[in-house]
Order: sequence, then structure tokens, then C-alpha cells
Amino acid sequence: MDVSQYLVLFLEEAREHLQSLNQCLLELENDPTDLSVLDEIFRSAHTIKGMSATMGYTDIAELTHNMENVLDLLRKDQLKANHVIIDVLFQCVDTLERLVEDVANNENSETDVKGLIQQLSALTKETGAEPLPIVQEQVQVQKQPYLLSAFNETNLTDTEIKMIASAEKQGLSAFEIQVNLREDCLLKSARAYMVMNVAEELGDVIKTVPGTEDLENGNFDQQFQIILLTSANQEKVREEILSISEIETVNVLACIVSELSIEKKAIEPDTIQKTAVIPNFEDVHVPEDKVDVTPVRANTATHEKRLKGGQSVRVDIDKLDNLLNLVGELVINKTRLEQIGTSHRLGDLTETIEQIDRVTTDLQSVVMKVRMVPVGQVFNRFPRMVRDLSHELGKEINLIIQGEETELDRTVIDEIGDPLVHLLRNAVDHGIERIEERQAVGKDPVGEVRLIARHEGNNVVIMVEDDGKGINASSIKEKALQKGFITKTDADKMDEKELLHLLFLPGFSTAATVTDISGRGVGMDAVKTKIESLGGTVEIETKVGSGSKFKIRLPLTLAIIQALLVQVSQEIYAIPLSSIDSTIHLQPEDIKTVQNQEVILLRGQIIPIVRLGTVLNIPADQKEQNDLFIVIVHTGQQRAGIIVNDLIGQQEIVIKSLGNLLKGIKVIAGATILGNGQVALILDVSSLMK
Amino acid sequence: MAQDTDMKEEIQLVIFHLGAEEYAFDILMVQEIKRMTDITRVPHTPEYIKGVINLRGSVLPVLDLKIRMNLPETPITEDTRIIIIKMEKVLVGMLVDSVSEVVTINSSEIELPQGNSGIVAENYVSGIGKIDQRLLIILDPRFIVDLV
Repeated sequence: MDVSQYLVLFLEEAREHLQSLNQCLLELENDPTDLSVLDEIFRSAHTIKGMSATMGYTDIAELTHNMENVLDLLRKDQLKANHVIIDVLFQCVDTLERLVEDVANNENSETDVKGLIQQLSALTKETGAEPLPIVQEQVQVQKQPYLLSAFNETNLTDTEIKMIASAEKQGLSAFEIQVNLREDCLLKSARAYMVMNVAEELGDVIKTVPGTEDLENGNFDQQFQIILLTSANQEKVREEILSISEIETVNVLACIVSELSIEKKAIEPDTIQKTAVIPNFEDVHVPEDKVDVTPVRANTATHEKRLKGGQSVRVDIDKLDNLLNLVGELVINKTRLEQIGTSHRLGDLTETIEQIDRVTTDLQSVVMKVRMVPVGQVFNRFPRMVRDLSHELGKEINLIIQGEETELDRTVIDEIGDPLVHLLRNAVDHGIERIEERQAVGKDPVGEVRLIARHEGNNVVIMVEDDGKGINASSIKEKALQKGFITKTDADKMDEKELLHLLFLPGFSTAATVTDISGRGVGMDAVKTKIESLGGTVEIETKVGSGSKFKIRLPLTLAIIQALLVQVSQEIYAIPLSSIDSTIHLQPEDIKTVQNQEVILLRGQIIPIVRLGTVLNIPADQKEQNDLFIVIVHTGQQRAGIIVNDLIGQQEIVIKSLGNLLKGIKVIAGATILGNGQVALILDVSSLMK
Repeated sequence: MAQDTDMKEEIQLVIFHLGAEEYAFDILMVQEIKRMTDITRVPHTPEYIKGVINLRGSVLPVLDLKIRMNLPETPITEDTRIIIIKMEKVLVGMLVDSVSEVVTINSSEIELPQGNSGIVAENYVSGIGKIDQRLLIILDPRFIVDLV
């Protein structure tokens, strides 16, 4: 079956549901009695099962099916959610994640689901209850056998029959829907697809005749049938489907399964049920009021959710990038118009430009907002990670997340995950002490790790805090001396802050022992490099005995930045404002030479000087300038002064790439287009300092 | 009118000049031809990269074909043009002395380059076209850029 066109959708949704499964399982672990969480879990598992079965990923479908069995028992209170069960469910989620990623990478999955399925079956066996619908009960259901026109019962597998029967018990109705397309319908497959969509919004489609593959390829005459389990009534189903164009008639018939066929099939379960436990009739003890209303509620909730989902639109990130580019161009042209307006003193034009200015500013902020994604998307996976780590290490840790609604540009979000993983692992592994240690110093045995995001001016600040043992500056000093990163004389001169920043040196690790989790000495410098490549900074605050705090400061977006335009000889360059400390005005004789390095003295600090003309091979101006402009820039703790001929001014610039051909040029971070249409290059401050 | 089967094999060439010689690109690779514009020099690049220009909001590099092909330099004049070449993932400008015309040529009139034709920079040549008495050296931009 050609399902490749739905693959992207499948992957996105599957990942979303897996994420929610992870989250809900964590909640369930904290409060095993919370039924609404269970419903949510059940719904996610069910959706994944449905999707994967349609796409033909049998492993995923089978695993989720067995998960459902266990979840169903939990929901019916026949099983208690203890940590054994939750651990197994977590393992299932992990396996599902692997399976889904295998699908994404187009790899043949070698992940084995058999073991887990057996574990799940064992769990259901413990209660003595039968997995999905209880067969015995269905036998008691007294209903007139109904001869289905297209689905002669022999065509239905026993799973399908059971699904219909159990749906009826949950207050859902099963409908056989016969759809006749108009004779002149051109895109039969498209119409069929739309019908399926509508049907799936109403409930669950369990069977189609012809099969979904044929429906999608349009391999049918004017007519097809589907069986739908839904909470909606007959008339509503009919109306919804008729609202699709090019449909001649729709017949909706209630479909009832005869008890005979169930009995017969129950004795010879088909292959899907093979791994599940064959019901042991004597042991089934189901209370009469077992048919509760929860499933129905769950179903309506899903519908509401789906309808709500219809109000947002999934957009390819490329399209958004394109939109942003166009807005960027508009901004450039607006600046150009402004220049014309001022240089020709055109009053009318200036007024109109002010209007345009307002509109473009709004447009720009809207587009930027569209690209914004809440950090929660990244934070979501951390509770699970911290839980697993703390179990592994035998620590008890409470992860507190705040400000997950804080929004950041999509490009930043994609990159921020890894550094945060490093910091959190460090906090859990090295920061938080063992339970005994904590008790010995009179701390709460449960450690606390906080992950906080918030806005601060034009930045977003993300903090990873722990209430652990803190970082001992003198042990860093020893370690650095021992590894030869610094000399004794240097070390004695350094203050605590400088010592802490040694942590970010490549190959530095303070952990006495290298554990599986962290301490291999690759973490912190990777964190720093990544954050800085995003235009951000990292700071450390720590207090021995009471914990440490890592503060990451990030720009809201990477696409449009504030920059200072400077002139060197005849060329114009842009320096990102975020890396500028100040600009100063000096005489040539203020520049001193120390060990062949030009430096200036600024407020008692020695700052090395970079001559842009030399670094960028700019053809020199003949005349020697008497006044020098120096832009003091910084990356991390390092500072440097850049000598330029003139400061042009501060401006908002749109960052453009130099293209494939010119990528990887040192000292140039990109290009931008100025108001006059000229291209100016953006300096990469950190590489200027090396 | 004879339905010549060779008709299908006709290709169109954009003819341009480098110094005294005539060269050509396949028109399918040419996106547009632009007058000389401000070129921003990019430091730390080979000499034949003249810099970058602004093409309606995108920044793209411009190559000086003469320097690339080791031909003697000529001054920039009114006739100087930038031919914008579109390749799979790369958009690049080629600086040439002038662009004269577009000609249609039958592919049977194109000879594949010989090993020792004596043409400068024969690595970039994809064929030699003959129209009347003229010899057109057809360059393949992919060869020119690939080596960048």
C-alpha cells in the first residue's frame, strides 16, 4: 500500500502521542488512582494502534494492542497500577519510540516486541481476567442477528466482531455505512479519503470494503462500505458524510453482530489474539455494572480535542522560513524608502512610510510569533529522563518545571535540547547527593532540580538549578592544575568566578569517577559552544553545600538582530549588538604594545586590539587617522577591541546566508542587505578573537 | 516541410565574450543576465571570487570568469554583465565582458572537446559549437563551480 504520503503525518502524530504517553505515565506513577490520566493514556495508545495498523506497522499495532489490554484492566480497576506495571508500560513506550524512529529512518526494525508482549500478557493473566471484551458476556447479549449486506459476518475477523460487541457495551453504536459516489466523480480516491476522514472524526473505522488500499487507489466502482464505531447517532453520521461533495447517496445501517458467530470464533481465536491469554471461563467474574460510562466520556473528549485541533494548521517550517525571508525583504525595502524620503525631503512620502513602517513592524512581529514554539516541547521529555536517571542512581529527585509556556524561535528550540540534557544529567548525577549524604547534613532526602524558563528583556533565560552539594571552586583549581590547564601563578590570581569558568574548558571533568551518565569530560564545553553558536551565554552560580545554578541566556530569534554598522576603509561591516560592550574613542598613541600584541588600557583592564583592516585584508587607506574608534566586544569572559574607521549606527538587520559556495569562511558569520541595496558582511566576533 | 528528426536535438546557447573570444552557456542553466552592480568583497576567498551581490533579497556569490580561466584581466565597462547561473543547489553569478546574443544550434553541430584542443581551461569546456565560420566554446558551469 502506498502510504508514503501519510508517513510524515503518521510520524508527527505518533511522536506527539508517545510524548503524551510518557507524560501521562509519569503522572500515573505519582497518582495511580487518577482515572482521567488513564483515559488519556488509553486514548493515545489506541490512536497509535489505529494509525500504525492502517500504515501496516504490525509490530507497533500489536504492542499497543497488548498495552491496551493492560490499560483496560487498570481502568476497570481489576489491576492496580504498581511500579512493576508502570515500568513495563514505560518499556513499551521506549520500544514504541524505537520502532517509530526506525520507521522514520526507513530502517528495517530489529526491535523485538515479543518479550514485552509476553510481559503484558502475564500482567493480564494475573487478574484472571480476559484481555479485551469478555466473551461470555457477549453471549448473553440478546440481539437479533442482522445479516450484513456487504459484511457477511464470515468476512469479519473475530477481533472485529469483538470490537463491535464491546463498543455496543460501551454505549457506542456500530454502523455500516454504504456510500455511493456520483457517476461523474473524478477523484474517487480523494472522495473516499474525505469520507474516511469524516468517519474517523466521528469515531473509529474498523473495516472497509474494499480494503483501505483499494480505496486509496480508487480501485472500486461507485460504491464502498465502512464499519464505524461511534457515539454519534445515525442521522448525524449520514449528514456529516453527505456534506462531502460528489456523493450520490449514503445509507447508514445499524450493524449488530449475531451471538452465534462470536461463540464460534471465540473458540478459535485468530492470529492477532495468539499472544493474548485465552480466556479462562470459570475465572471470569465481572460485576454486572462493569459497563461504566467512562469510555463514552473518553470518546467525546477525543472528539472535542480533534475538533479543536482543526483550528490550528500544521505548516511546513520551510514555508515559514520563506515567509520570514519575504518579510525581511520588505523591511529592507522600507528602510530604502525611508532613505529616499529623507534625502529628497518628501513630506508626503515620509508620512506614508510611517504607515508602512507600522504595518511592517506588526507583520514582522506576527511572523516571528508564528515561528515561536513553547519551550515545553523540549522540556516535556525531561521528567521521564530525570525519573530514569534517579532510579538508576538510587536517588530521589523532584523535578520542578516552570515557565514551559515561554516561547522561543523554532531554530533555537531545535538546538537547545542537547545542552539542557547535559546540564540536567550533571545536576542529577553530580549535583544532588545520595539520600544518606543528604540526611547526614540535615537536608530533605528528596533532592530538588528546577528547570525554569522566563523572558528577560529581549532574551529568554533558562535555568537549571539543583539543591545539591554545589561546586567547590578549590577542587576545580586543583583539577585544573593537575590536568595542566593553568599554571600555579595563574591559578592564585583567579577569583571564584574565573575558576568556575574553567569547567567549560574542553576535557575538564570534576567527577571523581566516570559514571555511565556523565563525567566523561565532554559535556560542559559542548554546552558552552552550542549556546554560544546560538548567540547566547552560560553563567554559573554555586554555593558549596546548598546547590548550583546554570543560567542560559538566549536571544529570542536568530533571523533578525540588532547590529552596529562600522566602516573600515571603504567597506561596511555589521557587528551583532549582543556581543558589543561599548565603543570608545582613542588617539593612536593610546595603543601600547605588550609582547608583540597591541593592547589598550580600559578602566584598569588590558584589552587586546584587533585591526580589522589586517584581519580582513582590506586595502588600506592612505591617510593615517588621528581619531580611532574602538568597538569593545566580548565572548564569554574574553574581551577585545576592534579598530574601525567610523561608526555608522545601530540598525536592525536581517541575517542572510552566504550560500553553499561560500560557507565556512572564518570571521564572517553571514551577510545582510543594507537600506541602499548593498550587501554588508556580518562579523563573527568569537572567531575574531582567536 | 521535412520533419527532421534532428529538430528535437536543437539547443539554445547564450553567447558572451571574455576578452576577444566567444564563449557560450546552455540557456537552460542561465536564470537571468544582470548589469554590473555593487559587489561586496568577501575576505579569505580565492581571487576569482569577486564577492557577493544582492539579487532581489538573496545574497549570492559572483565569480570572475576571466580570472577563473586564467585569461588576462580587462577593465569593467558599460557592457560588463553578470550571468546568473542556476544549478541544483547553487545560484551563482559569472562576471563576463559582454553578452551578445542567443543562438539556436543543432546538437550535431557540437563537437565534444578533444584532449589537446589548445583551448585555455579546457576542463570547463563541454563542447565546441560551429555556426557558419564561428567557433563557440561551450562552457559547463558545473565544472567551473565544482572546483571552487
